[in-house]
Amino acid sequence: MVQKKQIMSSRDYILSKIRNTPRNKRPLPEIPDFKVDGELMDRFKRSLLMNKGGIVDAKQLEEFIDSHQFKKVLSLSEEFRSFANMDIPSDAHQLADLDMAIISGQFGVAENAAIWLEERDMGLRALPFITEHLVIVLEKDQLVSNMHEAYERIGKGASGFGLFIAGPSKTADIEQSLVIGAHGAKSMRVILM
Amino acid sequence: MNHPTKAAEFLSDGANAKWHDETLWFVRDKRDSSSKTVPEWEELRDLASRIKDNVLDYLDTYLLEFEKNAKANNFHVHWAKNADEHNQIVLGILKKHQCKAIVKSKSILTEECHLNPFLEKHGIEVVDTDLGERIVQFLNQPPSHIVMPAIHLKKMAISDIFHEKLQTEKGNDDPYYLTQAARNHLREKFLAAKVAITGVNFGVAETGEFVVCTNEGNADMGVHLADVHIASMGIEKIIPKRGHLGVFLRLLARSATGQSITNYNSHFRSPSAGKEMHLILVDNGRTEQLAREKFRNSLKCIRCGACMNTCPIYRRSGGFSYGSTVPGPIGSILSPGLDLQKHSSLPFASTLCGSCSDVCPVKINIHEQLYEWRQEITKAQAANAKSISMKIANGIFAVPFAYKISAGMMRGALKFLPDSITYSGLNTWGKQRDLPELPKETFKQWYKKNRS
Repeated sequence: MVQKKQIMSSRDYILSKIRNTPRNKRPLPEIPDFKVDGELMDRFKRSLLMNKGGIVDAKQLEEFIDSHQFKKVLSLSEEFRSFANMDIPSDAHQLADLDMAIISGQFGVAENAAIWLEERDMGLRALPFITEHLVIVLEKDQLVSNMHEAYERIGKGASGFGLFIAGPSKTADIEQSLVIGAHGAKSMRVILM
Repeated sequence: MNHPTKAAEFLSDGANAKWHDETLWFVRDKRDSSSKTVPEWEELRDLASRIKDNVLDYLDTYLLEFEKNAKANNFHVHWAKNADEHNQIVLGILKKHQCKAIVKSKSILTEECHLNPFLEKHGIEVVDTDLGERIVQFLNQPPSHIVMPAIHLKKMAISDIFHEKLQTEKGNDDPYYLTQAARNHLREKFLAAKVAITGVNFGVAETGEFVVCTNEGNADMGVHLADVHIASMGIEKIIPKRGHLGVFLRLLARSATGQSITNYNSHFRSPSAGKEMHLILVDNGRTEQLAREKFRNSLKCIRCGACMNTCPIYRRSGGFSYGSTVPGPIGSILSPGLDLQKHSSLPFASTLCGSCSDVCPVKINIHEQLYEWRQEITKAQAANAKSISMKIANGIFAVPFAYKISAGMMRGALKFLPDSITYSGLNTWGKQRDLPELPKETFKQWYKKNRS
């Protein structure tokens, strides 16, 4: 019996080409338990400075805000609500002239100063990018040593958007000269509580 | 035009060539320092390579798992056999949303598909938002490096084009000033765009999420302000588990620029309320490369660019000399698979020193594959001047007697060979090289006197 020839979808075409290729059956390797030597806090601070981020305390932050007379400051961190003068809007476009956002990070990674944020920490996904200055509040005991531990900690979490943020927006596209403040935040300060 | 011809053009500006060479070596050096701070670096490279081995062995299974999970996450999943189909899918989405202008973050895949000229032909304004990409876009040039698209340009050239396009002060070439001008210009574009396109660094089969890494934050500025996010992803970008991101994110930025991690590593799992996300899975020659067993490993590439920064040929010939979307050593093993005729000179653009393989974070045997491509090309191609001289050399070394005689003859020839012959166009090897100083006796004569 002659079968009616159907046009194969691109999906099936690609999958069939893969299946028709003889391949091995090499297993996935186990990832060993890599640990970072030394004190996590010290390592985290050093990594952050390398990424052009900074560490401040509440007083320094207050001075920074006062000296710049920022018009729009937003805080999603309860501790710093008094620093804020606006609430999160419904549309990210209304954040276009935001001077500063203060948010809480879930945990930090000592080897590279990456801080994990999920949708609920940002309110709007655009917030940590569109703000002129970013402040992340992090609890001192919320540090892991490296990225393997970081993903173990995230586990099966299913936030619609997750972000490892490690410093301010930067570029070196003009003659390899480092410039801070390409499209995103021009500074990132971390407050360790 | 072939690689040697274009490399010669690049080298005609000696000062610029020297600057290019030194700048890329500086980046390679940062990669070295950074990798040495990770005691398990070599173990990580090995793990990454083995994870990718497994991915290539079970690519169909992982793609299906990824598709299933991505759909459950409310992504629209599309499949494209080739560049044309990819571009048509993008155009279809734009038409559906009646979109006439888009912002796009860096994506080597969309460069490979020549998406920009295609969309522009259909009346759509494409704004590349990575600073380096915006600069080369203003100049109607392709990127010359996959991580540093404008690395071939000096800042005064950028100042000139910004003066023309963004009305910056004439002659002001301060990188901070120029970057701020681009920031203000692109801010407007970000705020106005309805559709944003990004590439994909990693797609995770287990969760159906994908990860995009940038330092500028341009990918995120685009997608979080737009209503629609289109992500273009090569089918080889898949990794099995979320935990594997730990391995790859530790390797990627350190290999690329020497940073411990890119400043923004965004994990897209599902669209925000009221927004739309499209994922296009693109083949465009990848399944053919998978079927070429000797070259299959090239699909492990995570596009860090380390092989370019270290390559003595890339550093001294520039990205444009390769005439392919991905230049440098990795490009020279990927591109011949796409068009052997067009890219036949690329596998010869190497000293086979092996430095590319040494720095590759996923341990692709790049220099061995370059050598393999040479065999394929020599088989496929009619003899040219270089291959004839190579064949003569082969004949000589294959027969001991012929070598014995010719060694004496060569000594005679080296003494009297005028530069006009050595440096004639026929002898490719003579370019940029001096003849060696002549030893007083042949090795055989020396051995007879000293050892026998």
